[in-house]
Formats: sequence, C-alpha cells, structure tokens
Amino acid sequence: MENFWSRYKRNHAAVFGLFVVALIIVMAITASFLYPEDPFRLVGKPLSKPLTNGFLLGSDSLGRDVASGIVHGAKTSLLIGFVATLVSVFIGIFFGAFAGYFGGLIDDILMRVTEIFQTIPSFIFAILLVAIMKPSMSSIVIAIAVVSWPGVARLVRGEFLAVKNREFVQACHTLGMSDLRIMLWEILPNCLSPIIVVGSLMVATAILIESGLAFLGLGDPNIMSWGFLIGAGRTMLRSAWWVCTFPGVAILITVLAINLIGEGLNDALNPRLKERQ
Amino acid sequence: MTKKLLSINDLSILLPTGADRQYAVQDIDLELNAGETVCVVGESGSGKSLTARAVMGLLPAPHVRVGKGEIIFGGEDLTKVTYERLRELRGSEISMIFQEPMTALNPVMTIGDQIDEIFRYHVSMSPKERAEKALSLLVDVNLPDPEKIIDAYPHELSGGQRQRSMIAMALALGPKILIADEPTTALDVTTQAQILELINDMQKRLDTGVLFITHDFGVVADIADRVIVMQHGKIVETGTTKQVLQSPKHPYTKSLIAAIPRLKPRKARSRAAEVVLKTEGVCKSFGGGKSFFGFGKPNREVKAVQNVQIELRRGETLGVVGESGSGKSTLARCVIRLIDSDEGQIKLGDVDITKLSRSDLRPYRKRIQMVFQDPFASLNPRIRVGDIISQGPILQGEDKEDASKRAYELLDIVGLDRRSFDRFPHEFSGGQRQRIGIARALSLKPDILVADEPVSALDVSIQAQILELLDDIREQMDLSMLFITHDLRVAAQVCDYVAVMQYGKIVEMGPTAKLFKDPKDAYTKSLLAAVPGKDWHFGKLKP
Repeated sequence: MENFWSRYKRNHAAVFGLFVVALIIVMAITASFLYPEDPFRLVGKPLSKPLTNGFLLGSDSLGRDVASGIVHGAKTSLLIGFVATLVSVFIGIFFGAFAGYFGGLIDDILMRVTEIFQTIPSFIFAILLVAIMKPSMSSIVIAIAVVSWPGVARLVRGEFLAVKNREFVQACHTLGMSDLRIMLWEILPNCLSPIIVVGSLMVATAILIESGLAFLGLGDPNIMSWGFLIGAGRTMLRSAWWVCTFPGVAILITVLAINLIGEGLNDALNPRLKERQ
Repeated sequence: MTKKLLSINDLSILLPTGADRQYAVQDIDLELNAGETVCVVGESGSGKSLTARAVMGLLPAPHVRVGKGEIIFGGEDLTKVTYERLRELRGSEISMIFQEPMTALNPVMTIGDQIDEIFRYHVSMSPKERAEKALSLLVDVNLPDPEKIIDAYPHELSGGQRQRSMIAMALALGPKILIADEPTTALDVTTQAQILELINDMQKRLDTGVLFITHDFGVVADIADRVIVMQHGKIVETGTTKQVLQSPKHPYTKSLIAAIPRLKPRKARSRAAEVVLKTEGVCKSFGGGKSFFGFGKPNREVKAVQNVQIELRRGETLGVVGESGSGKSTLARCVIRLIDSDEGQIKLGDVDITKLSRSDLRPYRKRIQMVFQDPFASLNPRIRVGDIISQGPILQGEDKEDASKRAYELLDIVGLDRRSFDRFPHEFSGGQRQRIGIARALSLKPDILVADEPVSALDVSIQAQILELLDDIREQMDLSMLFITHDLRVAAQVCDYVAVMQYGKIVEMGPTAKLFKDPKDAYTKSLLAAVPGKDWHFGKLKP
C-alpha cells in the first residue's frame, strides 16, 4: 500500500488531479450548506453578469443562480459517474470473466452479444434508452451502464485468458477447487489493476454522457446538473456567455482531473508498463 | 605465441542506487586470445551477462554503467570510444549471439534481409554480391535448403534454425570476437549439441575468439579452453578447463561442480508390487476444431500423446524424458486430469479416473498432486503462503485450524521458516517458491506426485537442493513420483525407471541404469550422445 502511494506520488499531475476531484467531492457534499436554497428557485434578476446583483457566477434567463447550480450539479454528475461506472464494471466483469474462463461456445456467445452492443454508437444508444425509459436518475445510470460495459468485458476477458493458463490456476484445479471460487478468488484479484484504471477513466466518460443527455433535455427534470445548465443557456451563448461557460468549465476540469487520476493509477498499478517506455 | 584480442582490466560496473549491491561486476580481469574459447560461468545474478554486454557497449545506460577499468580491443579502450566508433566495431569486429533467437531476430524481416542489412551498413557491395554472400553464409552454418531460408521469416524456422541464422549473421563480416550469451539454453539437447559443434567449427575456420556465457558446466566441459567462474559480480576462479573442472580450488566452484547432476544413473531399488498409477492407450490431440459458425479450414491437428502405456509402482520414481514438443507435459496433465485425454484409461490403483465427472473426481484429487515448472507462475501473487498451502485441505473439508497446523508442519518439512506463513510469494527466491509449491502439493497427503520439470527454471545449486528435498520426501512419505524432465542428467539422478518420449509416443522404457548403459532405440542413443559434458561425466576430458 505504501509502495502504491509512493509510485502514485511520482506522477505530480495525478496528485493534482486527485486534489481537484477531492475538492469537487467536498463541494458536492457541502452543497446544501454553501447554497441552502433550491438551485431551481428564482432568486434574483435574470441574466445578471457574474459578480453583480450578489451572483458570484451570474444568473440565467429565469434568475436562477449559476453558482448554486454548479455546486448542486456536482453531486449529480459525480453520483451518476460513479454509480454508472460501478454498474457497468460489474456487468463487464461478469461477461468477461465467464467468456474468458470457460472459452469455447460460452465465449463465442458472450462475445457476439458484446459485439452487438459495441456496434451501436454509444451516445445515440444512450439517448434511445433514456427516451424509452423516461428520464430519471436511475434510467440515466442504466443507460450509461448499458452503453459502456462492453469495453470492460473485453478487457476482463483478455486478462482472464492470460491468467487462466498460469500454473497457479492449474494448481487450484488439482486441489479440486470449484470454478466459481477460482474465478473470484484466484484470477479476479490478479486482474484488478487494469480494471481499476479503466474504471477510473470510465467515470469521466460517464460524466460526459450524462452532461450530453441533460444538454439535450433528457436529464432528470427534477435534479440540477451541469448538462442541464448548459442546455438552458445554450440559446443565449452570445448574449449571456456565463450561463454555459461556467458549467462547461466545471465539466472540463472534472473530466480532466479524473483522467489524470486514471493515468496516475496506471503508473502506480502497472509499474512495468511505465518502465518499458 | 597466440594473439591477444581482448583484455578487460579491473572493470567494475555500477548498478543504480537502491539495488541490492553497489556493483554488478567488480574488479574483473579477463583475456581472450584468437582461436580460443573462454567460458564465463555463474548462476543467475552473477554478472556474467553484463560483463559480455559491457564489451559490446550494450549496458542498459544510464542506470547501469561502467564505473572504472578498461576494455582494450585492438589498442582502443572500448569504454571510452565514441558511440559511432562502437557502432563500426559492432557486427564487424565484435559480434554477439543471444539466448533467445526468436526475440533477437526481427520478426517482420526475412532472414536474407537481416543478413543483407549487416553488409549494407558496414561494407560497400553491390546488391547481387550481397545476396550471394548471404546465401553462402547460410550454407556455411549448415542450414538445410538455404535458398528457401533466405526468404523465410523467423517464425517459419525452428529454434535451432533460428540460432544458426543468428550465427550466420554474427559471423557475416568475419569478426575477431564472438560473444555468445547462453546461446543454447533455450534449445533442446540434440540441437544444443549441433549448435555447439557449429560454433566450434566456425571458430576453427575463422580463428575467432569466443567469449561464451553459460550456466552449464556440461557445456563448459565440451567447448571451453579456459574457464572463468563468477559469483556475486566477482571472479572467484580462473584456469584451464581441466584445472577448474578436475581440481577446483575455490569453495564456490567446488560446490557448483558438486551440485551438477551426473549422468551416472542411481542404483535401482527393489520394485514394490503395488501399482499406484497405470495408463493404458492414452491419446490426446489438439486442434482440429472449427470456428463458431463452422466457417474456414479446421485447425491443424496435433497428436500430442499417442497410445501411451506407463506403470508407476509404490515408492518409485518414473522419469518421462523427451525434448520440447514430445508430449511429456501433456501426458502429465492428462494423468492429473488437468486436461481430458481423448482415449485410453488412467487408473489410480483400481479406479479409472478418465471418465469421472469433476465432482466425482474430487475425492481422488488428493491422491495425485502436481509440482509445477515455473516457480514464479505457479503461486498466486495475491495470496499469502499459509493460505496457498492450507487451501487444499480446507477445500477437502478439513477445518481451518487443522489445515493451518498442517501448513506449519509442511513449512518445516520443506525447509522454510515458519514465519513464511504470513508472507506473500514475491518475497521469496525461485528455490524457496519451489519449496512452497512442493508444500502445497504435499498438503493433501498424496500417494503420487507428478513433477513437471520442477527444477529446470532453477540454478544448479538450488536444483540440487530441490532434487534432494524431493528424494527425502518421497522416502519419508512413501510417495510415488512421475518426474517429467528434458534433462537426462537430472533423470539419471532421481529416476528408478525412465520412459523416453518422442512425437507423443514412448519409444523406450526401462530401468534407468540399464537404459542409459545400453539404449536400444536410435532416438534414445542420440539423446544420450547429445548430453553436454558427457565425456567429463565419464571421467574423460579433452586435453
């Protein structure tokens, strides 16, 4: 563990990314203390510029506080990002592990299914799913998970294929261990590093997809999110630039920071890859 | 007086700070004359390869670099010359062959192109001349059908052919010095013998000085004029081959030589009547399958094991020897039911286990256990040693406390500290890991131990310890052992009975002493003739 941290620390950008994400998480948690008001409430003069009329980052066309929207929206974005990633990683591990471990017909069937999902453009597929299910927090999470698990499945399958023929797995067979136990306790722990790295990057993608959906008006209408803010301000981009710009910058910074963390995790968990360069 | 080609004086190579020692190589002195073969011998980590690389200027700089000393070649100090000069020398004056010819050759270029490259960079010749020269080189190294091989890619050749091509390349410009870094370690014995002979021939013809890095004293006995023994980066002994092999002075050399398994077969013990394992007509082939939708050509079918009959009696060790691809490992995996055989019967005592389902098989699992080849791949890096050893009994329904107690006892038996219980595999050396693997195999108190090349990944001194341990355990626990190996010397040392495999078939089987003394089959004879250092084992050495 100590070793892990010392390797992670070597990548300064990754430490910075971790710091930024921590800051955003703190912001999300303390949202209701910073801005106790409902972010949807009309609290002042519409289209106020930043730093006027008591608005730090200005207000939108209905007089809603953009800063409050960003702080509350952070919660939505992060929550959806993490939950959707968790769900898709689980689906991906399930498919990938069975396909890689058993091979043969099971592998063929599971991988053909995976390929069907991979051939559909993911964002359009996500729009379709949300449109069918009615926009809500859970339907968005499901949509993002459904479009992003195939990558994980492919990765896990590859890892399982590589590890399942290692001698320690054969040793487990000779001890009479069951397949499920071998998969969960022997092989999976050896595949965790790349899964964690990919997972961390998927959080960023999930946040982007969620923002995209909200921008198109397919977000949960009762929950403030960054994509919603951008969607609401897009018609006035030239007259009231701040409504779109600040939530956009928030997304940019968050996604960038998460990507930096992913890079750092990659360096720390797969040190040999780094040395090879 | 012979011509001195290379002299290394007082050379030290620095390791990066934080390594386990400051110098990879310390205060080395070495001389190489024309037409002479100097063998540098040592176990892994002794610095023998880095010494060779330093001569070529191939140290992994900037982490590892020359600290002090000089390498004099033709009046120049190679540690000081410019990079351009070094490049001129490499290939033309000094060249090198490596252990693994597959990775040393460029996989996307034909052999001919790779030889051609050498001429293009070092001498000016017309393309036609170059092509002719390349072809004649391939003829020189006795490659069959050189016209075809010149247009072949490395993956289309066998290991021996690749190494021959490497040698052709290395000798293309008639270098004064050839550095060979374990060039035969990855090859089968019969191929190894051919390659050694080839190097010897070429050397005589071109009067090359050969610096030969190896860990195998058998190879040393066959080819060396002088020997340098290295340990922990220092030279501990030098001398002529005869001096070093017959009357070693340094205790390390003595222990190394004592650890080498001899080709002298062990005394046969009386055979027990009880047959613990018997196979009848076991067959296994790979490939021949089709893709998901049945498109395309079926894969080529390989018959890995064909109609194999073996019989293992209580308390004896049956060796299965053969070269790579002979099917010996497949046979072992069939016997232990890691893979299912296509035909035939495998009987544990009276029970035929070939057709048992996985759950029916479970009670029989504990009677037959396996020790694997690669000590680094055979232990799960994420699981503690104690759990690795005790999980077998727990799976078989023993309670946790008894299993841990047994694991502690097993650590004693295999000669490991009891504190190892809570540590992870990466904290152990190769030999210690192999001991852990043996402890795991013993945890279920098996009757039969299948050992698949258990010592081939280990240094000789460690190898001797592990073989001794296996022998002790067999005695103590009245085990029967199926011992897979490619090394006839190891087989001679541990096996009561030996079966020789070739192309999936057993070509000859018999008591070790009898089979080694009086082999009937031509293949067995060629295997025995190819064992490196056999003259030495039988007390004869080249003068």
